Amino acid sequence: MKMSSNKKSKKCFLVLEDGSIYEGTSFGSQNSRSGEVVFNTGMVGYNQTLTDPSYSGQILTFTYPLIGNYGVPKNESDKDKLNINFESEKIHVSGLIVSQYCQKYSHHTAVKSLSKFLTENDIPAIAGIDTRALTKKIREKGTMLGKIIFDEQDIDFYNPDNDDLVKDITTKKVIKYNSGEGKKKVVLIDCGVKHSIIKNLIKNNLEIIRVPYDYDFIKEGIAYDAVFISNGPGDPAKCTKTIEILKKSLKYNKPIFGICLGNQLLALAAGAKTYKLKYGHRSQNQPCIETGTNRCYITSQNHGFAVDEKTLSEEWKDWFFNANDKTNEGIKHKTKPFMSVQFHPEANPGPNDTQYLFAEFAKLIEGCEK
Amino acid sequence: MDDKKPTKVLLLGSGALKIGQAGEFDYSGNQAIKALKDDNIEVILINPNVATVQTSKDRADKIYFLPITPYFVERVIEKEKPDGILLSFGGQTALNCGVELHDTGILKKHNVEVLGTGVDVIKNTEDRALFKQKLKEINVSTPISFAVTSVEEGMTASKKIKFPIMIRSAYALGGAGSGVAYDEDELQKMLLKGFSLTKQMLVEEYLEGWKEIEYEVVRDKNNNCITVCNMENFDPLGIHTGESIVIAPSQTLTNEQYHSLRDISIKTIRHLGIVGECNIQYALNPDSNDYRVIEVNARLSRSSALASKATGYPLAYVGAKLAIGKSLTDIKNSVTKSTTACFEPSLDYVVLKIPRWDLEKFTNVSKQINTEMKSVGEVMSIARNFNEALQKAIRMLDIGKSGAVCNDMKFKDLKEELKHPTDKRVFAIETAIEEGMSIDEIYNLTYIDKWFLYKIKDLVELKQKIKDSPINKDLLKTAKQQGFSDPQIAQLKDTTEKDIREQRISLGIVPYVKQIDTLAAEYPAKTNYLYLTYDASEHDIKYNRQKMPKAIVVGSGSYRIGSSVEFDWCCVSATQTLKNNNYETIMINCNPETVSTDYDECDKLYFDELSFERICDIYDLEKPEGIIVSVGGQIPNNLAMPFYKSGVKIFGTSPTDIDRAENRFRFSNLMDILEIKQPIWRQLTSLEDAIDFAKDIYPVLIRPSYVLSGAAMKVVFAEEELLKYLKKAASINKKYPVVVSRFVEDAKEVEMDAVANNGSIVCYAISEHIEEAGVHSGDSTMIQPTQNISGIEKNLMKNIAKKTASALNITGPFNIQFLITDTDIMVIECNLRASRSFPFISKVLDVNFIDLAVQAMIGKPIGSVEIKNPKYMGVKTSQFSYSRLKGADPFLSVEMASTGEVACLGRNLDDAFLKSVLSTNLEYPKKNILVSISGDKNRAKLTESLQKLQSKNYNLYATEDTAQFYKKHGINSTELYKIKEKTQPNIYNYMTEKKLDLIICIPRINEQNSNGDNYMLRRLAIDCSVPLINNIKIAEIFTEAIISRKLQNLEIKSLDEYTNS
Repeated sequence: MKMSSNKKSKKCFLVLEDGSIYEGTSFGSQNSRSGEVVFNTGMVGYNQTLTDPSYSGQILTFTYPLIGNYGVPKNESDKDKLNINFESEKIHVSGLIVSQYCQKYSHHTAVKSLSKFLTENDIPAIAGIDTRALTKKIREKGTMLGKIIFDEQDIDFYNPDNDDLVKDITTKKVIKYNSGEGKKKVVLIDCGVKHSIIKNLIKNNLEIIRVPYDYDFIKEGIAYDAVFISNGPGDPAKCTKTIEILKKSLKYNKPIFGICLGNQLLALAAGAKTYKLKYGHRSQNQPCIETGTNRCYITSQNHGFAVDEKTLSEEWKDWFFNANDKTNEGIKHKTKPFMSVQFHPEANPGPNDTQYLFAEFAKLIEGCEK
Repeated sequence: MDDKKPTKVLLLGSGALKIGQAGEFDYSGNQAIKALKDDNIEVILINPNVATVQTSKDRADKIYFLPITPYFVERVIEKEKPDGILLSFGGQTALNCGVELHDTGILKKHNVEVLGTGVDVIKNTEDRALFKQKLKEINVSTPISFAVTSVEEGMTASKKIKFPIMIRSAYALGGAGSGVAYDEDELQKMLLKGFSLTKQMLVEEYLEGWKEIEYEVVRDKNNNCITVCNMENFDPLGIHTGESIVIAPSQTLTNEQYHSLRDISIKTIRHLGIVGECNIQYALNPDSNDYRVIEVNARLSRSSALASKATGYPLAYVGAKLAIGKSLTDIKNSVTKSTTACFEPSLDYVVLKIPRWDLEKFTNVSKQINTEMKSVGEVMSIARNFNEALQKAIRMLDIGKSGAVCNDMKFKDLKEELKHPTDKRVFAIETAIEEGMSIDEIYNLTYIDKWFLYKIKDLVELKQKIKDSPINKDLLKTAKQQGFSDPQIAQLKDTTEKDIREQRISLGIVPYVKQIDTLAAEYPAKTNYLYLTYDASEHDIKYNRQKMPKAIVVGSGSYRIGSSVEFDWCCVSATQTLKNNNYETIMINCNPETVSTDYDECDKLYFDELSFERICDIYDLEKPEGIIVSVGGQIPNNLAMPFYKSGVKIFGTSPTDIDRAENRFRFSNLMDILEIKQPIWRQLTSLEDAIDFAKDIYPVLIRPSYVLSGAAMKVVFAEEELLKYLKKAASINKKYPVVVSRFVEDAKEVEMDAVANNGSIVCYAISEHIEEAGVHSGDSTMIQPTQNISGIEKNLMKNIAKKTASALNITGPFNIQFLITDTDIMVIECNLRASRSFPFISKVLDVNFIDLAVQAMIGKPIGSVEIKNPKYMGVKTSQFSYSRLKGADPFLSVEMASTGEVACLGRNLDDAFLKSVLSTNLEYPKKNILVSISGDKNRAKLTESLQKLQSKNYNLYATEDTAQFYKKHGINSTELYKIKEKTQPNIYNYMTEKKLDLIICIPRINEQNSNGDNYMLRRLAIDCSVPLINNIKIAEIFTEAIISRKLQNLEIKSLDEYTNS
């Protein structure tokens, strides 16, 4: 009897730097891969999560035990060549760890299985792991390095924090979106931007000039009304050029807004410090309180580093903080239109409760007109 | 609401358990009490449901066992002067009552503020037109629907809807005239037909096959909003969510769908202005992202109880805190104790709820499940994958099924069964897959998402594999991970459960214990809320050497007819006694509607199966001092012997003695030895033997061990009837013997609830049934103290109990049912466990029988407790849910039919009885009473009362023979024609036009389900919501009571005021 290769579940192993080994079955490509093992507690949105560039260098564990249920939708783009169903053109995680993979998917938008999607992107994936046990280990010991290996292919551990990950995923050239007469121009510093962010900016009628993370748009003489710093992977301190460019932008009165890595980069440019969290925030249920109010928002998050708000200068203040562990979730300049958030207002995946921040940013740009 | 906190709050409960409103409100009310007490607010509770945990003395500050009606609530308000009232914790009953109190200005008059969601907001969710209007304001879609009054109007309306179109007739009994039209021609024909039956038709868009999704939403006064949980119905729209299998979180929704529905939920709850908790239900097109909001419930609900148990997020507790003005960010996550309550739980497991039906008990009721709720209880399973959850849940139902597969069911017409599902739907899918039907075809018949169907297919395939291949470690592990139980595998491998258990343990295949922590392990949690799964590789908790002795209490499982919230009260009480005696308490139960499964009621909660296999797994891990099996009803009681045989320690009465009481032959022998009388009985295996045995002792009670159709037990009066029943409804053969016993007519039935310690009685209470023997004790009206039992009779019963307790060496609770005739006292049943009436007698007598029983069981030295007869009366009345069971005959018989109960206290029988029946099925009649009684003997019993009623200006109506009878005794009644006679004046018109306030319809004992005039009358009373009395004893007491006592004269006193007097 002939069996198609994807039907036969092949054994593979998850090896962690502390020496623990978990056996599971493969449902992705069969090439060994290493990275930093992290977990995400979101219950939906694996297609968006896997294609989020911020996950570069990481092997992702989903704590929700059933993955693959609604398959993978068509890879289609809108008029701006932005992906409709994904957050970028490809899967960015280095590997995937789940408890149960559901091969038989069911959804009206699905065109293929998650297994096929992973294989096409050459991403290994392991099922049959007690992901709760693994999550607890990461929670207790902190994020650790790991690898998914297939029988004969042992490989070295890889620490993404040692690399400038943004370099590989930032846009190689300047791209304009939504150009038009009279529209406000936003320079979008691409550190691995999610397509939803660009779509949200466009939705607010802004013209976007997406530039590489090390592109000195001030020096290049680009005309702009505001700056937006995107999300992205890795240690923010590695983006030294971006920080330099931001320092220059802070000298002007043009609005600056950042998300996630953008929050950290803005803080660094403002002279504050960042640090690595023990195991990060990767989920869709993080409560963030707007400092000084009693309003709490449920946010989507994906970050391993955080801003140390105690190192902020007098000119800056806390904007949001995490209601659970009280870590910084956003900063704001006391007098100038500079601000950023650690969470993801663009969601995808996750709740849209803070999407209003894009509109407020657009309003702010409008208001800053001289 | 401003920031001032109320100081004294009135909480309305939900009253008796009935279909559609069950134990979930004990849980939510109980949490509300905790939330208020934590804030030092005085709580006054009105709830006549005596069996609940919330009406225990240690919960609210004051408890009123009174009907939840505006009249009684106002009396309590006058007396207690609360400054706030909570309406959203007692189901629809409390909500409706609260709205009426508001509308009539009573709340304003007494300065009582409605806490949480305001009444205007509630009305916007309850009134269909207002609701649609409010949602339209924010562009949220609701089903398109037009109420039309002519064919022309209907045709015009249809232009605004896409075909197919659903036609429903408004106000037509049984939904006559409803249907689906696929084009204009069909529509016209259907409208024409419909308008021949009714004056108003609804023309609606037809959402066949749409998915049904629910969200539980919470909002505080600062506009912070969270969705605590979403849930997906396994069954498509068209099957009531209470009738559906429900899974949390949703399985087949993408991020876009999940969050767009979440967005709409939040937008809606903000626009409506709800403060606290609410539930929102959606229909979702399976082929697009098109949706409709079906309804919003601005109160705690069955779904919210389920969501609380599914996530560990205490919705009712938080809802109560928000109602008194707290903000979500002020409240801590009660599971982690460190993070905030303003978050959305993340699950790393799946939760499945399956309803439990008891439709076999009702002959004329359709088994089909649809838009009306008929289920009486539910179970919830937790697992790391769907299949494990599904198989666990099916076993939890306790319907004799070992899982989703291995059931070998046969269906007459499988396609029909799939298309028009019954309570057997999962098994129909199993059978269809077994028979090779494709998933596409099953989907087209059922509209159950293929994702679920594929999963069941996996199980069918795995079942075959287990059957065909030798058992090895991998296969066994896979089987266990997919939820196969040891007995299920044993059945497939033709071996014993013990054998499989030993094999798997020797292979190291054991389940692992996981915590429910609300955050998918992201933060450390101090949670004691646990479940077991095989889809794991380590325990979440460590089993160290114990500091304190441990005790396991086994819960009662799904509520059902015959086992309900009363056992939950027993379990919770037992847990408290164990705690007070320094035990670490471990609760095992699987019913999400209970208080016992609230994780702060015990030290450890295992939300899991009540099976021998699973409890042994937990026992092996916990190594407790013992297990209590005598407080959770029959399920744990039945496990006593298997536990004993495998060396598991049981607290209290020895399992061998329990078996002596349970086994009919052994018990009968014992009774003979002790010279205690029983009605003569015989176990028979052939029709000839049955005829022969019965011929001298008619009437007889027949108890088959296998029922083909209809109720299990039946009283027959003659051979002809006996033959008919045994041939048609039951099996009689060597495999399925039938027990036939003499049925004693006109006997009094009396119950004794008692506690014994090492064979001697600690305390006992004798309660009397109002209805004569032959009415199931669970349906009877019970009074305490007794009124018609002599001192001699009591002593004789006490002696019987003493002898029995001593012979069976009872330690713990027990219950004996007696028949008293003019000449004899006979024992008809003896259970060595807590009975249904334990909460009633414990609360009325102010002596907690469970507390004493548990003390005895754990070996505390206790002597006998003297209980004095109270100076007041307690009356317990049963609640029936016939209105939900279309076609069922409202008839009291040997088979239990009630779904709940209440009890009220009063200065005398009239006072307590009236309040008790007014809390359930009856209303105080205003004017017009219809009497229809079979047989002169029964008619004569009411002559005097009817004369008095007439002199009190009640208008009497009667059917022909009854009217003639009373005419002879000087009672004039208006004669109404029977429904079938179609002549005026007719009962049908009087009933449907609401001209009658009370129906007294007393049938003959063998008239049940005869479909005759009497049945039609009783049924119509139910369908028209006219109060019905169907028992002569009740009729006598009720009429006497209303003659002697006006509504205004009923006593308004709290439980304390009675028991402390």
